[in-house]
Amino acid sequence: MTTNAEASGPRPRSFFTPTRIVIYGIIIVAALYYLLPLYVMITTSLKGLPEIRIGNIFAPPLEVTFEPWVKAWTSACTGLTCNGLAPGFWNSVKITLPSTIVSVFIAAVSGYSLVNWRFKGSEFFFTVLLLGSFIPYQVMLYPLVMITAQMKIFGTLWAVILIHTIFGMPILTLLFRNYFASLPQELFKAARVDGAGFWRIFFQIMVPMSLPIFAVAIILQVTGIWNDFLFGVVFAGTQNYPMTVQLNNIVNSVQGVREYNVNMAATILTAAVPLIVYFVSGKWFVRGIAAGAVKG
Amino acid sequence: MTEAQSLHGATALERTRPPGLLYNLFVRNISAKLAASPMVAIVLVVFIGCTLWTIWFSFTDSRALPNGAFVGFDQYERLFATRRWRISATNLLTYGIFSLVFTMVVGFVLAVLMDQRIRFEDGFRTIFLYPFALSGIVTGLVWQWIMNPTLGLQSTMRGLGWTNFTFDWITNTDMVLYALLIAGLWHGTGFVMVLMLAGLRSVDGEIWKAARVDGIPTWRTYLQIVLPMMRGVIVTTLVIVGSGIVRTYDLVVALTNGGPGLSSEVPAKYVINYMFSAGNLGQALSASTVMLLTVFVLLIPWVIVEFGPKKHT
Repeated sequence: MTTNAEASGPRPRSFFTPTRIVIYGIIIVAALYYLLPLYVMITTSLKGLPEIRIGNIFAPPLEVTFEPWVKAWTSACTGLTCNGLAPGFWNSVKITLPSTIVSVFIAAVSGYSLVNWRFKGSEFFFTVLLLGSFIPYQVMLYPLVMITAQMKIFGTLWAVILIHTIFGMPILTLLFRNYFASLPQELFKAARVDGAGFWRIFFQIMVPMSLPIFAVAIILQVTGIWNDFLFGVVFAGTQNYPMTVQLNNIVNSVQGVREYNVNMAATILTAAVPLIVYFVSGKWFVRGIAAGAVKG
Repeated sequence: MTEAQSLHGATALERTRPPGLLYNLFVRNISAKLAASPMVAIVLVVFIGCTLWTIWFSFTDSRALPNGAFVGFDQYERLFATRRWRISATNLLTYGIFSLVFTMVVGFVLAVLMDQRIRFEDGFRTIFLYPFALSGIVTGLVWQWIMNPTLGLQSTMRGLGWTNFTFDWITNTDMVLYALLIAGLWHGTGFVMVLMLAGLRSVDGEIWKAARVDGIPTWRTYLQIVLPMMRGVIVTTLVIVGSGIVRTYDLVVALTNGGPGLSSEVPAKYVINYMFSAGNLGQALSASTVMLLTVFVLLIPWVIVEFGPKKHT
């Protein structure tokens, strides 16, 4: 099932019939509702505090200032320290890069062995994995804290990487399994007859043929891990708090004057990475989120 | 060439001497087994092991450390006697029903509208879906600012002349859940729309021709023919959205942090607070077990559709 197939609805007879005006009217109003917060975020972040206190959030900035952005990045206070969001940004980079690579690699190999190297009980493990994706994280959280503490990695980047790898498994394995299953099996069999082993077939045949699905998986993981809050706050340790945690600390810290423009600049900065990934990747993002729900 | 020959040699050997159980279990396709071992370990240790551990320790009176004595259902009795939990659970029920119904209906309606061969379809889809690429924290903080009673939408509308305009849901105990709903819908409807649109596009075009020949109005074709045909997509979407709602955590933390008072507390937040701040593991674990049960109940329709008797859809 593809998301970019032809529209299946009835063919319209001509434009500007009353029905079509209503349809476009509703779509445009809905689009405005979805765009409004982005607009408010950007305009607020470019205003000075006195202008904000006038109390019209829709008004465009009279005097554009980039000071809130600079402050959000370098010197906004997160409760205790006042180093801005920059450390959080780099922590998120340090978490997202390795977590994405490790989780995508392990899931790809798992999907490959589920399709081409079935072992006793492989379908059972896959079914439990799929059902497991619905278990609320809170249920497995404390035992995982104990496990990572036993491994002496609790409160380090390693713990967060491990956790993201674990919870990325269900959706990514499903993604890869379905994709590998759609490839012609003759290729695999021919390679086997020629004596290629597990890893050689994986790296020389499967990976080069599955670059699109790797892209989808990477997009899914980068946005998902960047947006994570819970695992960052529990497992990363204070020194490694990701950007989402620091953002929440900056905006919802109670002391001092509330600087709404700095808050909104910080919010955009945190949203920037997933937004850029989303706007650049376009249909691939759609494919990724649809893959989990619509059987491919 | 020699590699291929040795492989054939090995298979010939296997054929003459049937391999034993141990050989099959550990030696055959050893690299495949090693490669699948992370998945097997994650399933056994995390998804099965950790879940059973939590259920087991929810029957103990553990406080800061998981070392309490077995106390049967005491924690559950205490849980449902706690005001904060009852508020959290009722909130989740109210928010969940509204959120589920509205996300599904709005998502489906948007998908149907997008299916009318409109111009700039890609552009509109990009607009409807971008909130889904953002985190709950970002979503919560943006809407917290828009719904700010002193400087947000309320003051803007008053400044424009509607002096009685009131929009203080975020600080209003009775309305705060609907404030949460506005933010949640903004975040999640695009996702449902994309799935529904994929479902609509998978319906056979012949159906449309047949319906038109029979003179059935478009809206009836959607409601009575196409919608039932999309049963699979709808159930899957319901389950994904539903289990996402049960998990709702960071949106609440960012938007209201459970306030004003306890009026927007949710179970996921209850668990985290009792687990890491209040040092009452028994409560946290029994609360998370109740969350687990809720998700299992939601999963039943999906299991029936996915694994039940196959009907042609």
